[in-house]
Amino acid sequence: MPAPAQRRIIFQHIDEPGYTNDLACYRKHGGYEVMKRAFARPPAELVDEVKKSGLRGRGGAGFPCGVKWTLLDKKSGKPVYLVVNADESEPGTFKDRYIMHQDPHQLIEGSMITCFANNVKQAYIYIRGEFPHGARILEKAIAEARAANLVGPNILGTNYSCEMYVHRGAGAYICGEETGLIESLEGKRPYPRIKPPYFPAVLGLYQCPTIVNNVETLCHVKHIADIGGEAFAKIGTPNNTGTRILCVSGHVQRPGYYEFEVGKITLGQLLNEVCGGPLPGRTFKAVIPGGSSAKVLKFGERFKGKRKVGAELVDYDWGVEDVPMDFDCLGMIGTMGGSGGVIVMDDSVSMVEALANINAFYAHESCGQCTPCREGSLWMKKISSRMVHGAARPEDGALLKSVADQIAGRTICAFGEACAWPTQSYVTKFGEEFSAYAATKSAAKPAGATELV
Amino acid sequence: MNLTPATLARIDEVIPHYPTKRSATLPLLHLIQEEAGFISPEAIEWVAAKLELQPINVYEVVTFYPMFRQKPIGRRHIKVCRTLSCALLGGYKTCATFEKEFDTHLGEVSPDGEVTVEFVECLASCGTAPVVMIDDELHEKVDAAKAKQLSDQIKVEAKARK
Ligand SMILES: Cc1cc2nc3c(=O)[nH]c(=O)nc-3n(C[C@H](O)[C@H](O)[C@H](O)COP(=O)(O)O)c2cc1C
Ligand code: SF4
Ligand code: FES
Repeated sequence: MPAPAQRRIIFQHIDEPGYTNDLACYRKHGGYEVMKRAFARPPAELVDEVKKSGLRGRGGAGFPCGVKWTLLDKKSGKPVYLVVNADESEPGTFKDRYIMHQDPHQLIEGSMITCFANNVKQAYIYIRGEFPHGARILEKAIAEARAANLVGPNILGTNYSCEMYVHRGAGAYICGEETGLIESLEGKRPYPRIKPPYFPAVLGLYQCPTIVNNVETLCHVKHIADIGGEAFAKIGTPNNTGTRILCVSGHVQRPGYYEFEVGKITLGQLLNEVCGGPLPGRTFKAVIPGGSSAKVLKFGERFKGKRKVGAELVDYDWGVEDVPMDFDCLGMIGTMGGSGGVIVMDDSVSMVEALANINAFYAHESCGQCTPCREGSLWMKKISSRMVHGAARPEDGALLKSVADQIAGRTICAFGEACAWPTQSYVTKFGEEFSAYAATKSAAKPAGATELV
Repeated sequence: MNLTPATLARIDEVIPHYPTKRSATLPLLHLIQEEAGFISPEAIEWVAAKLELQPINVYEVVTFYPMFRQKPIGRRHIKVCRTLSCALLGGYKTCATFEKEFDTHLGEVSPDGEVTVEFVECLASCGTAPVVMIDDELHEKVDAAKAKQLSDQIKVEAKARK
């Protein structure tokens, strides 16, 4: 089956010649009209539309957005905050970058509709520190919106007021985790908080109810407000609605970002047709489907089971190429859609070295609060990099896995799982490569071989 | 602490963005580092006093976040992405090229004072790997040849200044 055509909703204007990131251009393309209409509706109706849309968060966990909003503790009487998660730091993910740099008003409009729907009076965009231009572009865009009475006091002549500021991070991955992000916004180290009791919807920023949503998620809110929840739910597949931006990197002919209806394209169509297949003379070996934390898939492995299609249970028997790119299917085969970052590795790659690269990332980024995560991520790095740079032993794979197995489920935040999953899946699926690494390593590498760690 | 009036004005502008002063810690440190190049012990004391915090509250922030530094660096800051997608396309070679061109090692100021080369983690531009940030500018698809080219450019600019 040929790959479906892209359906660009969020990325409609990305890379469009002549499209600029200022208010005038945005308005020329119908910008803020949806917000105007939304502000004339009762807020509860907007929350309902988002619930009906089935929109799931695009930041990593895929949690239903409308449900998250209804969990807000409104009875507390405390102010409600919106924090836009623009930390974009999961390796392999590079979509929010383009929204903020090229179409910042789309994010502001989606965020302001979200604020109005949830009676938020103060929003912050938490943007990673390594996007200095992105931060300036957003600041300028907010200033333009403020001058046009689209942000700030008495928006569009209503009695609704809402402020929005940009807050820059400073290079720490853990600031992407929502409670770490909140601590960081409070001016502290980004130590994630324990849930319960610190669910952001109840005890978030300044101990007030807080919505944390990803940049792409909030852009979708604008389109839901535009076309309605029911119409939105018809895009994509049941329980996996809307479009999603897939970021492809690594060993393919045409890496980049592609927007498709969720679940309408398979991993094989994406990699072979859309991205042009492997590099010349190479074959695909492994792929990480949802950011570096997602469990790796091995080309050649098969997945069998039963799944619901409509009301029926049907058998599936998939190779890696056959898996539809949606939250549920990727979850079913033991990995995740995560942040939409697809990292491809071909047969030139040693999985031991790839894991050593990833482990160095997690060891660097652990915040250090929980012993299993702090020590475990460090030991996984030390063992895998010793395998590459020092002596490798046949039993190192099992040793690595035994460390990983002791992290997940024993930590404050999901970073524990995120750092354990790569090791667990690489060692389980590519075990022979780990046990044979000592022998294969001594066979001289071709000159100029790509170093991974 | 000698800050320019422009920086001081921006500091006073940003503090009221938050209901608590402490939230302004990161913005203040960014503004000071932009002007001074690094965060000195004096800067930590100054920020603490300005935000009515203890110096340790600021110190623990400075020591946690990779972007804050407590020592001066070279005139240009070359940050090479180290993470998987970039490494798969030769990021390590890119980094080695910069080190060689400026006769320096990771994290050190080059002998001519021009650059500090560093490895950083994923810069969220994996589709155009390998990527490098030189000060505020992102450079895409920086293979060894392009790294050499960028190095030459920096050297030419350095010469022109002398
Ligand atoms: C270690 C870790 C890192 C994360 N990094 C990001 C990130 O960079 N950007 C993001 O949007 N969400 C990130 N998340 C997910 C957030 O915690 C949170 O679930 C998300 O912002 C919710 O928004 P959504 O429902 O719109 O997806 C991360 C989670 C974890 C555990
Ligand atoms: S799991 Fe790791 S990153 Fe998360 S709080 Fe614990 S130590 Fe920090
Ligand atoms: S891995 Fe280098 S930018 Fe993401």
